[in-house]
Amino acid sequence: MERFGLSQPVPRREDPRLLRGEGCFIDDRTPPGALHAVVLRAPFAHARIASLDAAPARSAPGVRAVYTGADLAAAGVAEVACTAAPPETQWSGIREGDRFRERRQPALVADRVRFVGECVAFVVAETRRQALDASERIEVDYDPLPAVTACDEAPHGPPVWDDAADNVSFRWEIGDAAATSSAFAAAHRIVRRRIVNNRAQLCPLETRGTIAEYHAHTNRWTLHVPTQMPHGVRRQLAQVFGVGEERFRVLVEDVGGGFGGKNSLYPEQILCAVAARDLGRSVKWVADRSEAFLGDNHGRDLVSHAELALDAEHRVLALRMRNFANLGAYTASRGATPPTLGPLMAANTYRIPALHVDVAACFTHTVPTDPYRGAGRPEGLYVVERLMDAAARETGLDPVEFRRRNLIPPDAFPYRSPTGLLYDPCEFAQVIESAFERADAAGFPARRAEAKAQGRLRGLGIANYVERCGGGAGLSERSDLLVDPDGAVTLLIGSMSNGQGHETAYSQILYERLGLPFEKIRIVQGDTDRVASGTGTGGSWSLPMGGGAVVHAVDRLVETAKPIAADSLEAAVEDVEFRDGAFRVAGTDLAISFADTAARAAAEGRVRSDGAPGLEAVAVFEPGNYTFPYGTHLCEVEVDPETGAVRIAAYTAVHDFGQVLNPLLLAGQVHGGLAQGLGQALLERTAYDGEGQLLSASFMDYCIPRADDLPDFGFEPWITPSPGNPLDIKGCGEAGAAGSPPAAINAVLDALASAGVHDFDMPATPERVWRALRAARIASGD
Amino acid sequence: MIRLLTYRLNGRERTDAVPDNVLLLDHLRETVGLTGTKTGCDGGECGACTVLVDGAPVLSCLTLSATVAGRSVETVESLAEGGRLAFIQEGFHRKLGSQCGYCTPGLIMASEALLRQDPDPSEDAIREALGSNICRCTGYVKIIEAVRWAAESSAARSGSPAEPAR
Repeated sequence: MERFGLSQPVPRREDPRLLRGEGCFIDDRTPPGALHAVVLRAPFAHARIASLDAAPARSAPGVRAVYTGADLAAAGVAEVACTAAPPETQWSGIREGDRFRERRQPALVADRVRFVGECVAFVVAETRRQALDASERIEVDYDPLPAVTACDEAPHGPPVWDDAADNVSFRWEIGDAAATSSAFAAAHRIVRRRIVNNRAQLCPLETRGTIAEYHAHTNRWTLHVPTQMPHGVRRQLAQVFGVGEERFRVLVEDVGGGFGGKNSLYPEQILCAVAARDLGRSVKWVADRSEAFLGDNHGRDLVSHAELALDAEHRVLALRMRNFANLGAYTASRGATPPTLGPLMAANTYRIPALHVDVAACFTHTVPTDPYRGAGRPEGLYVVERLMDAAARETGLDPVEFRRRNLIPPDAFPYRSPTGLLYDPCEFAQVIESAFERADAAGFPARRAEAKAQGRLRGLGIANYVERCGGGAGLSERSDLLVDPDGAVTLLIGSMSNGQGHETAYSQILYERLGLPFEKIRIVQGDTDRVASGTGTGGSWSLPMGGGAVVHAVDRLVETAKPIAADSLEAAVEDVEFRDGAFRVAGTDLAISFADTAARAAAEGRVRSDGAPGLEAVAVFEPGNYTFPYGTHLCEVEVDPETGAVRIAAYTAVHDFGQVLNPLLLAGQVHGGLAQGLGQALLERTAYDGEGQLLSASFMDYCIPRADDLPDFGFEPWITPSPGNPLDIKGCGEAGAAGSPPAAINAVLDALASAGVHDFDMPATPERVWRALRAARIASGD
Repeated sequence: MIRLLTYRLNGRERTDAVPDNVLLLDHLRETVGLTGTKTGCDGGECGACTVLVDGAPVLSCLTLSATVAGRSVETVESLAEGGRLAFIQEGFHRKLGSQCGYCTPGLIMASEALLRQDPDPSEDAIREALGSNICRCTGYVKIIEAVRWAAESSAARSGSPAEPAR
């Protein structure tokens, strides 16, 4: 019985189809008679469109339609709005006197291109080859203009928007500026660093794509979209077309990875919908890989001027940051989120009495940025964990001792952070100890000496982290349970798995709470016609929030069914309890199974809201607070000083995610996050040239980790139940990506310190490490 | 020019009319209709399209269909027999070697090729053999465990003939 329940390493229900090659991703289906579409993209980062002649393409073989920005504007198709403005709270908000300059991305640009890859024209033809050939016949005359791509150069660079000449979309601040200034004035020591969080490209292995169908008889669209947020995409489509949401059905099957990049509505989805409506045929578009690099929103990209004020006992008095965040050319759907979510975590696991972060979110001639695994939290944690190491070095304290001295003490919980978060109790010190033991940190000096004897530099890096995730701040998820007369249960849920294994996780909850075997459980996600509402998947909230909704719906279902069972058992309702898959009369052996109760309900004429006979229950769960997972990462690296090559020798992470729903799925989430964080730290460099051309637009140029780049991961759960939801769990999807970049770079800096390198920015590619070593050698006159 | 191409696909001989310039990947997905083999990049960078040709792993996105004339091609659809997963698939299932599942067919075929050549590969050998396949979800640890599981289970099976096949 227990094999499929909670806390068990249940292998996934998703696997049989995916392992046999029977998954259904967007490019695995083509409706009969579908047309194929291709996007013509801007070749310049910044240019005026002097003229555009689409006529040669319109007359090309097989072409059914060509759309330009002018066509779209004439058709009244709106631009994509930002769905989350910079937050205003008691602790934070837009700077006084400033305002949010939202610049919305059109599906097709009409007069001026603002990043390489921006959509200029959309060609629809009978075959993809015909559409490709025709797109090359479109004649566009561009007047190139100067471009700026780096966020801290943006305020002095060529304006992306003429009416925002300083290239600032918004100035936002959090914390207490006056208290922070006085703490700095009284400081014994100030530690300063300029810290760069490199721009990341998300690279889910399945590229984005869309198939749009228009049903003229009902005036409705069906859009097949691999997305993390089906209902969010539907809402955005309705906004763009200026119609009601009921006009769209968004359908999602298997999603080949998301990581935040498949959260929002993109131009090509709008274009497919326009063409399907106009042409009365299905229209399919799937990005090739270079389009994915050029057209998918990017992540991270932040420059932080950070300062720590210390007293004479090496305790932190205050933290101050001046951040430049790169929004790209437009405010993406959730573009304002990472720059404002990162500073929220700036105090991390430490007691920092005063804090102030000033953010300038800047426009540049680059692809818009949007959430990427952690959505700002990894950026914020990276800055503070780098500063902690820098401060330890400058005070001569061991980095771990320095951190211990500044941890939020156990008696301070529940703890209100200077950014306004209310942390659940966290056992920071114990988790550090556990990680040290597991990593055999005591043996590190010997391992370093051994490496040195062989001419290699070995370093140990630590990073602590705590984050807020798993819902909160008014987010909710809804769960519908539909019971068939034979006792089979269908769960309709608004979250959307894109690799996490939700079908399995939700099935485990229903198995545990209703005693149903998996074959009697069906999970429905990704169909906005069947699932009434949905927040979708992001922010590590699917199971804390969606799982909570399922538990509450089960409770309601049991209450709904109990009178029917009681009637059948000829007992009073209050004497009936639900246990081990059956309603039982307390203190007797009288019982009726869940399935028999369901059959009886149907026989009595109970009808569900979908018209079918049977029972149903609905629940919405809105967590009262976020969940606060935390942990410690230890990374050991070896650097070859001759080549600059960095090898991860060992990696240990200890994390508190509350109760563990499925240790296999949990390890999968943590490992994946670690790999993405280590990729950003060691390998992945998004490079633009001076004219704004994206140089890293293939897997040969943008180096994401391969099997021989990564170590075995030591991951250990540390369990304290979360108070925030019925399953006692904390969000786990983003933790790995938050802890691993600072752990890795602190390790690299620890290794390089003996060679005179005391500052270094990600990524630690061999060339960059080699250059840092060389510069230090020249500086020392060696 | 279109020619008749005769080859073995997943154990069965077949003949298709194939233009000279069609890649094996597109032929398998679009003409034959086997969509298990995936397109992950613009050519030779990610391994999602890995199939076996005469038992060796090949990137079908860099292979012209015409070059498999008279040869044997195996795709991920060939592995499960009679409804049972092959060892390597079972390993991916038990150890969570797959998350979103998009790179999975390519990784399974690359792993299958490795195990045929080296039934007892070390962790380093597995990391090297799978180095041409990109997975963005797993961090590879669980994939390596999956391959080791398949190697050990396969060895255990051949050691005890009483065990049912697969």
